Amino acid sequence: MKELIVEAKRENLLEVQSFIDEQLEEVGCPMTTQIAIDVAVEELFVNIASYAYGKGEGIAVVQVTVHEDPLSVEITFIDSGRQYDPLAKEDPDVTLSAKERKKGGLGIFMVKNTMDNVSYEYKDGKNILTIKKNLNRTIIE
Amino acid sequence: MALFGNKNKDTKSSAGGGSHLKISVSNNGSEYTFTLDGRLDTITSPDLEAKINEVVGGASKLTLDLGSLEYISSAGLRVLLGAAQAMDGKGDMVVCNLTQSVMEVFELTGFSRMFNIE
Repeated sequence: MKELIVEAKRENLLEVQSFIDEQLEEVGCPMTTQIAIDVAVEELFVNIASYAYGKGEGIAVVQVTVHEDPLSVEITFIDSGRQYDPLAKEDPDVTLSAKERKKGGLGIFMVKNTMDNVSYEYKDGKNILTIKKNLNRTIIE
Repeated sequence: MALFGNKNKDTKSSAGGGSHLKISVSNNGSEYTFTLDGRLDTITSPDLEAKINEVVGGASKLTLDLGSLEYISSAGLRVLLGAAQAMDGKGDMVVCNLTQSVMEVFELTGFSRMFNIE
């Protein structure tokens, strides 16, 4: 397992994504899967940076674990901010026209639909969100 | 006359963290084309939003050339949705030259059905 500890600020997005991309490249992750993971990572990290600590400051812990056979990657985000389960958010209606569409909820919807497993728990005052992606498939089945 | 009214404006957004998006804007009269090169993410999308907002009031057509766009997140999609909503009833909005990765994001989110894709 590899771990990155950063201040939960939007400016650190690329640092978080680079850290994860490095692990993905090491195991030969296909490009489209890597982009899907980057998008999921952006949604989750930016959520923490934007809301976890309100107007205050805090840290985010990002852990990456690569599992073999079958090859998959697990990424965990941990913050000590206010309790919040982003998975509880209602999915947007993706069949609506541009005129009718609302802008919210799209990010978490993308995470849920591109990753193979997404889980949340609140433990010891920490929000712990884990995504898992199998590396032998493309993002759309 | 419109043909001679072509203007080109290139800007680069790299506010913080090294994330970059190059936005080139050209227009033929009230038809505007935005060519994007780089990443459309949380860091760079406010810049695109501001540039679209500058012209959308007087635009009869908005084309977004995504041929060199490597990456789009929901922050970028929200800007495109906002642009489509601003153009609603005023003119066409077209997105073109999508790469495979960006197209997959569009399909997943229903954006491929919402937009004119060329």
